Amino acid sequence: MGNLDANLDRLAALEGMGCSRKRREDPRFIQGKGTYVDDIKMPGMLFGVMVRSPYAHARVKKIDKSRALAHPGVHAVLTADDLKPLKLHWMPTLAGDVQAVLADEKVCFQNQEVAFVVADDRYVAADAAELVEVEYEELPAVVDPLAALAPDAPVIREDIRDKQTGAHGARRHPNHIFTWNSGDKDKTDRVFDHADVTVKQEMLYPRVHPCPLETCGCVASFDKVRGDLTVYITSQAPHVVRTVVGLLSAIPESKIRIISPDIGGGFGNKVGVYPGYVVSIVASIVLGRPVKWIESRSENLSTTAFARDYLMTGELAADSDGRIKALRVHVTADHGAFDACADPTKWPAGMFHVCTGSYAIPNAFVSVDGVYTNKFPGGVAYRCSFRVTEAVYLIERMVDVLAQKLGIDKVEIRLLNFIRKEQFPYTTPLGLEYDSGDYEPALKKVLTAVDYPALRAEQAARRADPHAEWLMGIGVVNFTEIVGAGPSKMCDILGVGMFDSCEIRVHPDGSAIARMGTITQGQGHQTTYAQIIASEAGIPASAITVEEGDTSTAPYGLGTYGSRSTPVAGAAVARASRKIREKARRIAAHLLEASPGDVEFDLDRFVLKGSPEQFKTIKEVAWAAYNNVPEGMEMGLEAVDYYDPPNFTFPFGAYVCVLEVNRYTGETRVRRFYALDDCGTRINPMIIEGQIHGGLTEGFAVAMGQEMPYDEAGNLLGATLLDYFVPTSVETPHWETDFTVTPSPHHPIGAKGVAESPHVGSIPCFTSAMVDAFAHLGVTHMNMPHNAWRVWQQCRALGLTRQ
Amino acid sequence: MIPRPFEYHAPRSLPEAIALLNEHGEGAKLLAGGHSLLPMMKLRFAEPEHLIDLGKLIELKGIREVDGEIRIGAMTTENELIWSELLQTRCPLLVEGARQISDPQVRYRGTLGGDISHGDPGNDHPALMIVLDASFVLVGERGERVVPADGFFVGTYTTLLEPGEIMTEIRIPTPAAGTGYCYAKLKRKTGDFATAATAVTLRMSGATVSEVRIALTNVAETAIRATDAEQSLRGKPVDEASIAEAARLAMSVCAPVADLRGDLDYKTAMAGEMTRRALATAYARAAH
Amino acid sequence: MSRKIMVSFKLNGKETDVVVESRELLIHTLREKCLHTGPHIGCETSHCGACTVDFDGMSVKSCTMLTVQAEGAEVMTVEGLAQGGELHALQEGFTQEHGLQCGFCTPGMLMRAYRLLQENPNPSEEEIRYWMAGNLCRCTGYQNIVKAVQYAARKLRGEAVETSHPLMAAETAASH
Repeated sequence: MGNLDANLDRLAALEGMGCSRKRREDPRFIQGKGTYVDDIKMPGMLFGVMVRSPYAHARVKKIDKSRALAHPGVHAVLTADDLKPLKLHWMPTLAGDVQAVLADEKVCFQNQEVAFVVADDRYVAADAAELVEVEYEELPAVVDPLAALAPDAPVIREDIRDKQTGAHGARRHPNHIFTWNSGDKDKTDRVFDHADVTVKQEMLYPRVHPCPLETCGCVASFDKVRGDLTVYITSQAPHVVRTVVGLLSAIPESKIRIISPDIGGGFGNKVGVYPGYVVSIVASIVLGRPVKWIESRSENLSTTAFARDYLMTGELAADSDGRIKALRVHVTADHGAFDACADPTKWPAGMFHVCTGSYAIPNAFVSVDGVYTNKFPGGVAYRCSFRVTEAVYLIERMVDVLAQKLGIDKVEIRLLNFIRKEQFPYTTPLGLEYDSGDYEPALKKVLTAVDYPALRAEQAARRADPHAEWLMGIGVVNFTEIVGAGPSKMCDILGVGMFDSCEIRVHPDGSAIARMGTITQGQGHQTTYAQIIASEAGIPASAITVEEGDTSTAPYGLGTYGSRSTPVAGAAVARASRKIREKARRIAAHLLEASPGDVEFDLDRFVLKGSPEQFKTIKEVAWAAYNNVPEGMEMGLEAVDYYDPPNFTFPFGAYVCVLEVNRYTGETRVRRFYALDDCGTRINPMIIEGQIHGGLTEGFAVAMGQEMPYDEAGNLLGATLLDYFVPTSVETPHWETDFTVTPSPHHPIGAKGVAESPHVGSIPCFTSAMVDAFAHLGVTHMNMPHNAWRVWQQCRALGLTRQ
Repeated sequence: MIPRPFEYHAPRSLPEAIALLNEHGEGAKLLAGGHSLLPMMKLRFAEPEHLIDLGKLIELKGIREVDGEIRIGAMTTENELIWSELLQTRCPLLVEGARQISDPQVRYRGTLGGDISHGDPGNDHPALMIVLDASFVLVGERGERVVPADGFFVGTYTTLLEPGEIMTEIRIPTPAAGTGYCYAKLKRKTGDFATAATAVTLRMSGATVSEVRIALTNVAETAIRATDAEQSLRGKPVDEASIAEAARLAMSVCAPVADLRGDLDYKTAMAGEMTRRALATAYARAAH
Repeated sequence: MSRKIMVSFKLNGKETDVVVESRELLIHTLREKCLHTGPHIGCETSHCGACTVDFDGMSVKSCTMLTVQAEGAEVMTVEGLAQGGELHALQEGFTQEHGLQCGFCTPGMLMRAYRLLQENPNPSEEEIRYWMAGNLCRCTGYQNIVKAVQYAARKLRGEAVETSHPLMAAETAASH
């Protein structure tokens, strides 16, 4: 009994994996002492503002900057002509395309960057920006990706008009970017030809935007004396930025320092390199002073990495009993005017090929056509895990459609088709090897928790009542995620493999500093990475300082997005910790005058086997590392690990949504949302819960209201928070969370990563529930967003309204 | 994000404010709560050369009841309306309406007079004022006049407020005990303008309607009074049929602007639905 | 060149003088001249609430106030919440209940919650959600923010408080 208490005390002091350690980040944020990019002030700092095109498609005939330059307090007005001698008027994107930094002869999307005004402060810059006179010749715009592929469609990218091959293969039209295929087309087609049952459904995953509360920005400072460039930047991938800046500027990486300080939310919006960063750097180099650029909210919503815009057609072939035999998918992917999608190089549709989902589907074929339109660039963002949002949406919708066609309950069809636990590791027909999964108990746990049969009975009664004002819908989703990009043979960004890293140095007093190649934007890395080290190396988490984001000190990493921190950097953290532990064990053995094999690691100390009262704490070992090490051993206690993951990880979940729809107004109430997530080993349950709440809330926003509507002329309607639906505390439902634990067999601590799962999984669940509310009237699909107006239109089409 | 430069004035008395307004004419704008004007100035949609801040005019504050009339200073904030015990007991419609305007921070600053005189068809108080049979005290260089709410709203951003005039007070005949009321507002989310909204006051005489007023928000160039709908209810019981007819007549006077909240069909239909909700709730609250 | 005006106000209890153009927004003055970068800028249309400060006993979006309107006012920002080196109950609540992730909305949330609790010391969940609807958050989904405010409310009322997330929950013990 005494031992148990003592152990619990030691565990509590350690704050290792599995405990709800309170966050190390919080003290500065709750006291307003965070350091976000706009908080950075440097002596002599100037402020830059973009001048942007009001037109979606136009020639730039003339730019007159004279009045702006004459305005007191203005230091420079940059246009493409100023960047041409530096060959910086175009820059490479992460997708193998090029993007105009400042418009060169034409603009291709509304609000595209045309000029950059640098002034004493943001007030002067705002006044001067209005004085830049640009003469445009408007061109017809195309905003529909299908129309963009018409033979007579306006050519958007005249700069590559004659290029028949892009970064991803052949182009069949000036507005065509790539065609990407996966799977066996012929075999899949044959299965469809002979199937008992086939279903087909077209669905749009509309363009939405991550809208982190902090917009993008930077402070670029070129030190003329030292020849060093320092850039504070809102970046989820500071090392990648350093490499890109090095390539663009010909300054060696050793003289470039990129610092991602505190970031106010990333969600994939802060991965790419934006023109604002480039011109700030150029301006700083030219003027010899620091230059700050902070975009406005409407600039953020209308020009930075958007998400989705996938027009998908899914087909399933199945037996009459509902067993799925094949999946066939075609996607028209609207990438906007420049392909700036943040995808691993080889996969222009990201991990869309996870679209066979949680189901043992033996045959599949996927084809994705990327298309240019006169909209702003992006596509991969917003907690999507590289197009996994689209993939999961597709398969979960298709399974519902099939269930409906066959008259089978959507739960039953899932249970029938699940990949079974014994089948893992499971290789899908599209070439992905799922590491582990146990879908059935997860689904059953959720169904029991919500009393699914009772819900169906209640729904049946409601459907039988012709006077019921509120329809009831029940959504069920079983998603499998793919995160942790990724194995370098499959995943690279601009040729750099997607490994990640950790270095740990233990000080003589037993405290430690650890740095990783990732960068937190609210996920709590300063708290959770320390927990891993605490469990693996026995150093109390409170004695570990975690740093990320400064490329001059942090080991090279690919950054934080796609839920990759825990699976990749977390693995490096564990392995580096184990290297520390191993060296510590040998030092402990030396101190105990025993052989290393006779010494065991026990939470926070090394104990002599058979003599538990003889031990050395990690603290004692740390001191000894600097003055008393075994013969032949180097002093010091530190380790570095670069982890190239052998595979992705595959978290999964089962979600149920119960909602009610008012047939007269289209208003929706989310009555219940139950989310069970399995992310393998759980490092900090409190932080996991927070991530789930946040992801579910984003999912709710996407499903129920977010959109970026364009008119025919390419004007973006509603690029402010007046119209772009960000729910408040009033709209946001109450979330119920649950979990199972199915560790990843290939990950050093069995952890899979979790933060995007709730976003990925909740969106199809809301749609599933919404469609279910009308399913008894024959509705098989409804496109998002399910705002009251659109839902009302569905009600009216079914004769349910009063008008 | 940054307004154009302007000259700022903070008069300490109403005559001083009026004098400034007349001195600077068209180039001047009154600053009340600032939460309609300042956002427009930040986007440079409004560029006044002179801003006259009414914030120091304590004579424009206060909520009191005088001789069966509730008198509210034009610079009374939404938050002050919500927390007013006088209004909670004597004119709860105004409290219900104010609670549905914007968000808490905006309500600490946004004023009753500002909301009314801005002339934005999306603002909520005009419809409330119409059904409460309110009148507005307007003061200019030539003195004071009192104008009824019904008819005050002429067009989008256009009211009967003359250049050089400041709204100083809102007067509402204290609703008699047993008056039913409701403001039903459909919006995309908290803080949004109405997709459609209906304000109702209702009195019953026995089993039939003796008095009713119905006004609609954001489904026309201004807040509009649905007089035909009112007429259809007078002397009738409040039941499914009469509510349906009133809603139909309310919808028939709608001429909403299509936007991201909805097209003409949806907004008009929602005017109908909000009218139904408001009538049903007002009836439930009315003494009968 | 626009004429500049001197404005004197109290910032977190301290007399402060600034010299500003009449068009200067209070949020910029606080962040750039007074070097209080607690309040943040998340939009330019007065929606997000990240700039919320306490102004003469009201929660106000400082992006929609002119600094000249602050003459003689008492302004409190998040930097003024902790007193005598001791964190405010709200700051403790937000940490204990995991009411923040990226931290960008947090100063505004704290200042709004501060005034909310001054006016309503015992708010229900529904009331908290209603009275904080002017502060947007993209990270937390608000659920833990509600719990953080309830935690602080209990503490301010002199009641016992404990975190909803005990360090060593049952699942921890089980996994060891």
